[in-house]
Amino acid sequence: MDFIVCVKQVPDPEAPPASFKVDPAANKVVPPPGVPPVISTFDEIAVEAALRLKDAHGGKITVLSLGNNLVRDVVKKPLAMGADELVLLEDPAYEDGDSWSTAYALSMAIKKIGAYDIIFCGRQAADWDAGQVGVGIAELLGIPTVTLAKKVETSDGKVRVERVVADGYEVVEIPTPCLITVTNELGEPRYAPLKGIMKAAKIQPTIWKPGDIGVDTAQVGAAGRRAKLVKLFQPVKEGKCEIIEGENVADAAVNLAKRLREAKVI
Amino acid sequence: MADYKGVLICGDVVEGKLAAITGELLGCGRKLADTLGEELSAVLVGSGVKGLAQEAIAQGADKVYVVDDPLLQNYQPDVYVAAVEKAVKQVMPKILLMGQTSVGRDLAPRLAFRLDTVLSMDCVDLDIDPDSKLLLQTRPVYGGNARAIFTTDRMPQMATVRSKAMSALEPDASRQGEVIEVPAEIDESVVRVRFVEKVKEEVAGVKLEDAPVVVSGGRGMGGPEGFQQLEELARLFKGAVGSTRPAVDNGWVPSTTQVGLTGKIVTPDLYIAVALSGSSQHMAGCSGAKTIVAINKDPEANIFREAGFGIVGDWKQALPAFKEKVKELLAG
Ligand SMILES: Cc1cc2nc3c(=O)[nH]c(=O)nc-3n(C[C@H](O)[C@H](O)[C@H](O)COP(=O)(O)OP(=O)(O)OC[C@H]3O[C@@H](n4cnc5c(N)ncnc54)[C@H](O)[C@@H]3O)c2cc1C
Repeated sequence: MDFIVCVKQVPDPEAPPASFKVDPAANKVVPPPGVPPVISTFDEIAVEAALRLKDAHGGKITVLSLGNNLVRDVVKKPLAMGADELVLLEDPAYEDGDSWSTAYALSMAIKKIGAYDIIFCGRQAADWDAGQVGVGIAELLGIPTVTLAKKVETSDGKVRVERVVADGYEVVEIPTPCLITVTNELGEPRYAPLKGIMKAAKIQPTIWKPGDIGVDTAQVGAAGRRAKLVKLFQPVKEGKCEIIEGENVADAAVNLAKRLREAKVI
Repeated sequence: MADYKGVLICGDVVEGKLAAITGELLGCGRKLADTLGEELSAVLVGSGVKGLAQEAIAQGADKVYVVDDPLLQNYQPDVYVAAVEKAVKQVMPKILLMGQTSVGRDLAPRLAFRLDTVLSMDCVDLDIDPDSKLLLQTRPVYGGNARAIFTTDRMPQMATVRSKAMSALEPDASRQGEVIEVPAEIDESVVRVRFVEKVKEEVAGVKLEDAPVVVSGGRGMGGPEGFQQLEELARLFKGAVGSTRPAVDNGWVPSTTQVGLTGKIVTPDLYIAVALSGSSQHMAGCSGAKTIVAINKDPEANIFREAGFGIVGDWKQALPAFKEKVKELLAG
């Protein structure tokens, strides 16, 4: 089977919230100094989902990433984990897109890649949390899609997916070719072994500019946006925590309970 | 733009009843429609949902479009999107709202791409811009670290709304409205994603989303045993147990207990956060709590920037003493 996995490079979402800064004049996030970007969490899980099927049935995994100034060590991580090829849509024209312009460029690149059985995406990217690009790609390609997968199995050309819902999960069947977005319940992505890192270092990514995938620069990135960002801001926090003390932790805990009663919380 | 008019909300029906989010959508939609001086409509999609139309009217709708078909019994995206698309094309609303629920978060992006418009998911605030009359769509981004306001001139302007972010109206049974049936005109052949079965995983006891007190544990609980203690504490309050993502990923608790951006949204009176750091993604699910109490051994943990009360220390020493004292106070 052949797989395509879409991954996005994002500022590390696990960086301490206190280090998070917005430049209000530019309506942009200021990346915390010294914290390297990462592959968005759910996208790494999407790579894991593809690797599990490749382990079971064989096949090829092509990783696709859109952005600009992509850090090679970061976007090569899926290769180090076991993926086979890397295609980068890398150009200033792709920057600052919205869900629509991003899904459009990715769908055009997927048409160029050609044959595939399953496309995997993360449920949402850890920066804008928009949660639409996966479904958007499927709609633009006209293929069926399932979201929030926690388990994916295939047999006789049919794919069986368990998808997470609020009070449990649903089991659904979907034909190929299709697109599946994954959630963290699928399980932890594997570590990249040293051998994999060495192999990945030797793989040259293929780079496609807008012209290579047959799109007009007016349709991608910031120029192709349909949603206008009016304002980006940080909500104000009061941040006044009353720390309850005691002779020891157990004593502090007793005082906490008393204080909560006094404040009529309990 | 002249052809598009009014506000349409897509109701969520769960186990034959209007879900709470439907009332919240109607409450918010009513405000927006009144600001525009236009109509508020609702669309209800499912099997045997016609009887719920009157309830939607009582909660604020002027018109209710009903797409009732046995094929819509379970959520199958291909038929649902076709049914809602049909209703939307009949109504031609300026604004289309759905809930950020299991169905809404899957259905809304499909529909947005089909209608060739754009969508803001998980909005916590919606308003009409006084000058442009466009919908101002406010949503948390960067895991809740920031908020962004979007507008678009593509019609309909689409948004999904976070649960508990908006208030429902007091139902008024005397409100009058019109019920319009829209034939689904769909058949099995459009089904590509086939529903096989649903497996419920909810824990017994008080529902997490409705609990007045939530006791949540994080990675620092170290295993499922610690969660038993949280369970006992929650029981004292007739509350429920929540968790962070690492606790779920480690298999200590079922995923239905996860609170946060990609888990449940809870707004209890009291949220007790034990051995969790208070990441923005976790706080996205509980920052609406009236009071947050933190127990964490790291005085620098972010949770102390979010909590009203806290103690610095190991939960293993804190919890038994806290539990005993709470039991005593609640009994007395
Ligand atoms: C897009 C995206 C979506 C996400 N969605 C969610 C979500 O919905 N919900 C969610 O929870 N997370 C979510 N996450 C993950 C989130 O970023 C954090 O990784 C997670 O919330 C951290 O969980 P934690 O606080 O339990 O663990 P940690 O951050 O590791 O914190 C553990 C805390 O326990 C304390 N501790 C350890 N031992 C003890 C002890 N013995 N006594 C007292 N305190 C102790 C430590 O001091 C520390 O503060 C998401 C991440 C991304 C990127």
